[in-house]
Amino acid sequence: MKGALKPEAAAEMIPEGASLMIGGFMAVGTPERMIDAIVTRGTGGLTVIANDTAMPGRGIGKLISAGLVRHVIASHIGLNPETQAKMISGEITCELVPQGTLIERIRAGGMGLGGVLTSTGLGTEVEEGKQIVTVEGIRYLVETPITAAFALIGAWQADYVGNLNYMLTAHNFNPIIALAGRTVIAEADSIVPVGVIPPDAVKTPGVLVDHLLIRAA
Amino acid sequence: MDAKELIARRVAREIRPGTLVNLGIGLPSMVANFVPSDLGVFFQAENGVIGLGARPLEGMEVRHLTDAGGGFVTAVPGAASIDSAMSFGLIRGGHLDMTVLGGLQVDESGHLANWKVPGKMVPGMGGAMDLVTGAARVIVAMQHSAKGQSKIVQCCTLPLTALRCVDLVVTDLAVIEPTGMGLILRERAPGVSVEAIRAATEAALFVPDDVPEMILA
Repeated sequence: MKGALKPEAAAEMIPEGASLMIGGFMAVGTPERMIDAIVTRGTGGLTVIANDTAMPGRGIGKLISAGLVRHVIASHIGLNPETQAKMISGEITCELVPQGTLIERIRAGGMGLGGVLTSTGLGTEVEEGKQIVTVEGIRYLVETPITAAFALIGAWQADYVGNLNYMLTAHNFNPIIALAGRTVIAEADSIVPVGVIPPDAVKTPGVLVDHLLIRAA
Repeated sequence: MDAKELIARRVAREIRPGTLVNLGIGLPSMVANFVPSDLGVFFQAENGVIGLGARPLEGMEVRHLTDAGGGFVTAVPGAASIDSAMSFGLIRGGHLDMTVLGGLQVDESGHLANWKVPGKMVPGMGGAMDLVTGAARVIVAMQHSAKGQSKIVQCCTLPLTALRCVDLVVTDLAVIEPTGMGLILRERAPGVSVEAIRAATEAALFVPDDVPEMILA
């Protein structure tokens, strides 16, 4: 962990066209100050890999509204009418992936595995163009791993070495994307002294976290 | 009693003591209102909680505790918060005893379509494909017809959710069990005749000699 950055300094690290994994489920567990800084800077052409695109005015929805997103890999965009409209108009391309498959593809990317074998999606549009293998008599789709240039994490507490924990349903994609982004930036609700998060309660070890955002004002 | 409440009350009787159950958003989530709290059932929300509770009192919402639709919820004693990989490991790995989902179409072979209307509604499949593929028991809770069209059809014309067939369909008119031989009419809604159900159903139904009225929770 290289120390705490102001949100605008963190946003400066992200170039045009970068791929971002962003934590959160309908914006619960999404690093909002980080998103705001990207919107302020206006970095465009982004690829966003996340469970969903939230709703207008919250979380990833703010990146969509600002026209900064070119490509989305997500399981659900149904609660953000702007994402749907931009997909239909061609402004955004969208790869829809079953939620359980999406998180495992990210996990595979982050854990150095060559992909995922899953029955989910067999016999549906999801299998189009994909390899099917049979293992011990059961058919599986071969789903490829996903990584990204950046993982943007929304945590509950962070300590001085970057250990993170999460509250309730704000875990979602966060602990998994922490492995799959080449640069990991974490924003926490609060920053606490080392030891306040006991070792057994650490969900993301600080060694994975490259930068923390400074505490909220 | 309106149609949705009738469906929810009938589905509630399918829930066995001590099981783990996932309820979809919308109509399926109403089922929880009719399950006795002493049944020892844990409800899972796939965004990351086992032990979903009722809506919180106004002003008592926890920002980091929502259901899969993004609505505020509470957690019951014994609840656990989990990340998305664990959540879908439970679903895909055979640890989820039952899922209740909404539907757009169910056909004579028991296939479900519930995630896409090409050209009109492309919200993404979210967790639906994993749930139908992985849950031990799949129940579809939906209105029998939409805009005058039967949703119980000969063959799904909308994109399928999974290869796996569903186990039971509960509508405002009937309880229908898909089997290898076709759809069997198991129960009638209170005051609804077999003839009325046949007339409202596009698919062929096998009708046993005795088709009792539904008993509601």
